[in-house]
Amino acid sequence: MVETALPAAHTGLAGGSAVSRTVLRHRWPLRLMHWINLACMLAMVGSGLQILNAHPALYWGEASHFDTPLASARAVTRDGELRGVTQVGGARFDTTGLIGVADNPQGRPVRAVAPSWAMIPGYRSLAAGRRWHFFFAWLWVINGACYLAWSLASRHLQRDLAMQGRDWRGIGRSIADHLRFRHPHGEEALRYNPLQKLAYLGIVFVVTPLIVLTGLSMSPQLDSVMGWFIELVGGRQSARTLHFVAMALFVLFAVVHVLMVFYAGFLNEMRSMITGRFRVREARQEGHDD
Amino acid sequence: MTDFATNRRRFLRASLAAGGAGLLAGCDALTRRDGFIDVLAAAEPLNQRLQRFLAGDRLVREYPTSMISPVFRPNGSIDPRTPEYLALKADGFAGYRLRIRGLVDRPLEFALDALRAMPSRTQVTRHDCVEGWSVIGQWTGVPLSHLLQQARLKPGARHVVFHCYDDLLGNGGRYYESIDLRDAFHPQTIAAWALNGMPVPVANGAPLRMRIERKLGYKQPKYVHTIEVVDSYARLAGGKGGTWEDQGYDWYGGI
Repeated sequence: MVETALPAAHTGLAGGSAVSRTVLRHRWPLRLMHWINLACMLAMVGSGLQILNAHPALYWGEASHFDTPLASARAVTRDGELRGVTQVGGARFDTTGLIGVADNPQGRPVRAVAPSWAMIPGYRSLAAGRRWHFFFAWLWVINGACYLAWSLASRHLQRDLAMQGRDWRGIGRSIADHLRFRHPHGEEALRYNPLQKLAYLGIVFVVTPLIVLTGLSMSPQLDSVMGWFIELVGGRQSARTLHFVAMALFVLFAVVHVLMVFYAGFLNEMRSMITGRFRVREARQEGHDD
Repeated sequence: MTDFATNRRRFLRASLAAGGAGLLAGCDALTRRDGFIDVLAAAEPLNQRLQRFLAGDRLVREYPTSMISPVFRPNGSIDPRTPEYLALKADGFAGYRLRIRGLVDRPLEFALDALRAMPSRTQVTRHDCVEGWSVIGQWTGVPLSHLLQQARLKPGARHVVFHCYDDLLGNGGRYYESIDLRDAFHPQTIAAWALNGMPVPVANGAPLRMRIERKLGYKQPKYVHTIEVVDSYARLAGGKGGTWEDQGYDWYGGI
């Protein structure tokens, strides 16, 4: 992971006690693919919500049981006012402003599965949403294939991401550290911690195949070759629901990921993903003084 | 320290909001540009190639009759009000004729009874709307390949266009759709005259609708009166090959 320790090691100023050096944390192909990935994910979540907006209800099984959706977003008129109602199973929530009824680009409340700022395009257009979705889906899959090939060839996957014996042994301590918001310093910060590895591996090898296969399963044409998978997940509408669930897992991952970036040091982490340079502080006391 | 932290937080929040709003407004502005939409549309031939490469000419799954949906949800036009359709409907479609014309050696015309007397295929299949929902129904009809073989295609024939009675957009136009010969000759592509063992209801396309099972719903026109074989659909209506295509939907209808 740490290939080159850049020669320009310098002394940290804070307190005069800490010594820091700058290392190459992420190599350029990884950094490039990371940002392409982010652009694709944003485009696909936004356009995916636009597509969902055409029929904001999720079902289980092969066909849609319109009277009994697993979840739905509806607009109802209550006392002359438009209210958004989200239904999940037997539960109903008033989600006006966010789900069911939300602002359009002109700021007027309309029937919508999400506010216009969360959808691409922001105005209602299933046709345009589909174009965005499929274009970025291709870009994302190609980028993902490059990532996998590069990770294998450069041994990034085997060396940095694969769970080692010590990762499994350290998992309890890693959970405890995360719960106490304690994060690794010095050399330890240059390795992925066990929970981080599991999150990355889960996204790459579980959630990604799930979202790709459930996406393909929705095609009436690919139905002829993906019957085994569609039956495995319980039907075409189940696949559509799981496609949404996998998206939610991606968003959850991204939220935690960004929180961790803030927590571990926003500028240092961002720099390491943009220029590759990451500053390691050594011989530091526990806790934070800034 | 506190002031600095608060200011920094406020600054970050403001820049995130501004950046986010700018990004999204940019997406909308881009979407309205034809050039950009054409770039996005580059994915469509990729979808077509991938789907055809993976699926070949295999049949889509068919279901047991026990899985037929209680109601075959209609969408788009569900009760056409064009004068020619109302006249036909008034006498129970007795005057209905299906015409086959264009690049064929023998232009043909069939009454409903003649279509019902032809070799038929019955299939219980799933209908997937572009909006995302699915219903299952049993369709009976004449394989389109049978009709086209009788009419005999001329050299240069590339697409099959379906002309319909309904004015979906309410602008005086008529619904139309098109597919290529590969989909036209697929065994599950039928001109259906029965749904769930009964004549096709008006809401679902009476008296005759296309079932092109490997396609999304908008590619399976209802209220069909003419099947036209052409070399290119570019000269018809908006030139994109279908009513929804002229509204910005993709012609192949991938995924």
